[in-house]
Amino acid sequence: FLGAGGGNDIQWCFSQVKGAVDDDVAEADIISTVEFNHSGELLATGDKGGRVVIFQQEQENKTQSHSRGEYNVYSTFQSHEPEFDYLKSLEIEEKINKIRWLPQKNAAQFLLSTNDKTIKLWKISERDKRPEGYNLKEEDGRYRDPTTVTTLRVPVFRPMDLMVEASPRRIFANAHTYHINSISINSDYETYLSADDLRINLWHLEITDRSFNIVDIKPANMEELTEVITAAEFHPNSCNTFVYSSSKGTIRLCDMRASALCDRHSKLFEEPEDPSNRSFFSEIISSISDVKFSHSGRYMMTRDYLSVKIWDLNMENRPVETYQVHEYLRSKLCSLYENDCIFDKFECCWNGSDRQNFLLPPLCSIVMTGSYNNFFRMFDRNTKRDITLEASRENNKPRTVLKPRKVCASGKRKKDEISVDSLDFNKKILHTAWHPKENIIAVATTNNLYIFQDKMN
Amino acid sequence: MFVRGLKRKCFDGEEDIEGTLAGIKAIPSYNLQRQSLLDMSLVKLQLCHMLVEPNLCRSVLIANTVRQIQEEMTQDGTWQMINTQSTGQASLDRLVSTDILCRSSREQAEGKHVPGYSTFNKDFESDQVQDSSETMSTGSSVQAPRNLQSNVWEMENPQENKGNFQKSLDQIFETLETKSPNSVEDLFSEVDNSYYDLDTMLTGMMSNTKMGHCDGLETFSSPTNTTSNSNCKSDLNELDHIVEILVES
Repeated sequence: FLGAGGGNDIQWCFSQVKGAVDDDVAEADIISTVEFNHSGELLATGDKGGRVVIFQQEQENKTQSHSRGEYNVYSTFQSHEPEFDYLKSLEIEEKINKIRWLPQKNAAQFLLSTNDKTIKLWKISERDKRPEGYNLKEEDGRYRDPTTVTTLRVPVFRPMDLMVEASPRRIFANAHTYHINSISINSDYETYLSADDLRINLWHLEITDRSFNIVDIKPANMEELTEVITAAEFHPNSCNTFVYSSSKGTIRLCDMRASALCDRHSKLFEEPEDPSNRSFFSEIISSISDVKFSHSGRYMMTRDYLSVKIWDLNMENRPVETYQVHEYLRSKLCSLYENDCIFDKFECCWNGSDRQNFLLPPLCSIVMTGSYNNFFRMFDRNTKRDITLEASRENNKPRTVLKPRKVCASGKRKKDEISVDSLDFNKKILHTAWHPKENIIAVATTNNLYIFQDKMN
Repeated sequence: MFVRGLKRKCFDGEEDIEGTLAGIKAIPSYNLQRQSLLDMSLVKLQLCHMLVEPNLCRSVLIANTVRQIQEEMTQDGTWQMINTQSTGQASLDRLVSTDILCRSSREQAEGKHVPGYSTFNKDFESDQVQDSSETMSTGSSVQAPRNLQSNVWEMENPQENKGNFQKSLDQIFETLETKSPNSVEDLFSEVDNSYYDLDTMLTGMMSNTKMGHCDGLETFSSPTNTTSNSNCKSDLNELDHIVEILVES
């Protein structure tokens, strides 16, 4: 049961950190996506080297009631390999852009992972017994001489050490000319969408040789291109509805029942520009890097460079709430443009769902997103309080509550505050995930995965 | 992270009071800041044009920023003004520094990507037979700012400029040679246009940018040195001629 709102703020404690300790980061180890499965028992990460690592939560230890189960490595596999497009003389990166879990239907787990061009459906299954006692084969697999077989026996299953196998069940390729930035599984659990810079395709999970194009914003003349698709997601309950965000800060909601090609949106969400804040960087910082529906489907959250916005699907002309992530960067935009940090794509996430009844507001509604210097931010929508925490190995003691951090924007720096000029812009937290049912969060720094949980009383 | 002193190019505000007093002398004029931003953006576009897999979103955002600056500069008339300044020294420095940045990044990418080749391909793809001079102007307008800037540079150093042209030509030939002659048609029959689309987009934007630079620089450069201009022109003609030959084959 998530902490009740209005007074009981969650106290976050360090739980675990995964990944190499050295400061020298191997490029392939850079984490590029993090995702809990639907039960929260499994936590998947994808990296720049095309690998997927899945962690599994231990069953709760009855004697250690003060902490929830730890996450340990469950399976590691190479999802994507680098490819070379000989015609264009271009390399296709193996970096995993997104992982999305399917809901569990049987003993095996399924997830979709994608790089820039190809989506793959992986089956992760356990094997904890094997057949023994074959008639024609020895235990080591060599075939027996048939003339030596004098009796017949029935092979039996005997237990073995648990083995977790990942196998690619479907490969959805050759449907994207541009780089895939999003995949989203429909609430019908049969179809999913994949979005690249200019197009969105609809797939059936069973069919790999064709997909339907449902959005195409490529102009007839590429010289007229001024806007790209940055993220897309299906509505959590309504299987005909999806949204996609753009580099101009707009979100379009589309209904697939309206027409085959959803180029005309049903709703357009856009906040009018604040003229007092206008600069040459206005458009760049308005570009939306992530969009996520709330669990109820009534709201959606968008992340742009400096803020997180909550939108009510019934109101298109402005967000209902805006939270500033790192407003102190507004005066530094030119430098951030120079060093390319202004193009960093931060993700955002909602806290886990705590109720089935979507008509009532949730008791606890918190959104989380990352920032620089390995800081990450949480905004409590009910109490309107926010907190900045840091993912670092210095806060290593389990069950010690993390100290809130504060950035000093200007003027005198107080003790324990950090000034903007001291922030490390190479330490960025782009990917975070929240356990679907408990107060456990996974926060990815460049090459480490931190797991924090709330202090249980 | 922040460069202090006279050479500061960025718009970043200085909150510190002490800094402000010193900063008043150091903060460059809006026009200078805007020009620096334009130069920086053009460099970024050049660089991403050479990257193996350019990020389309980033390119579009930078291109939009360039357009915005250009529009504003056209509106206040500074677009022409900057290029026709008789005290050309300041503008020359700016152009030269961008050129150096462009040149060094181009040299870095020499092994990987051939800009000349990609624009050349684009010409092959179009169905209509284009006038070769028209082809030259649209096809190579992405390169135009560099070439124009190297025109300016060339006044100091004609040999080097010729060398650059020669280098681009060599790169084109090298790349063509590695493909077997029979496969040329196959090569272009099912080209995935995405990378060239990026080219087209940048070309469109660059040709608008080019207008200002081009006019200005021509009036700027003509009184001084006609022979160096004709060297440039003969190089352009040479390239023209080669393209014609290749198109016909």
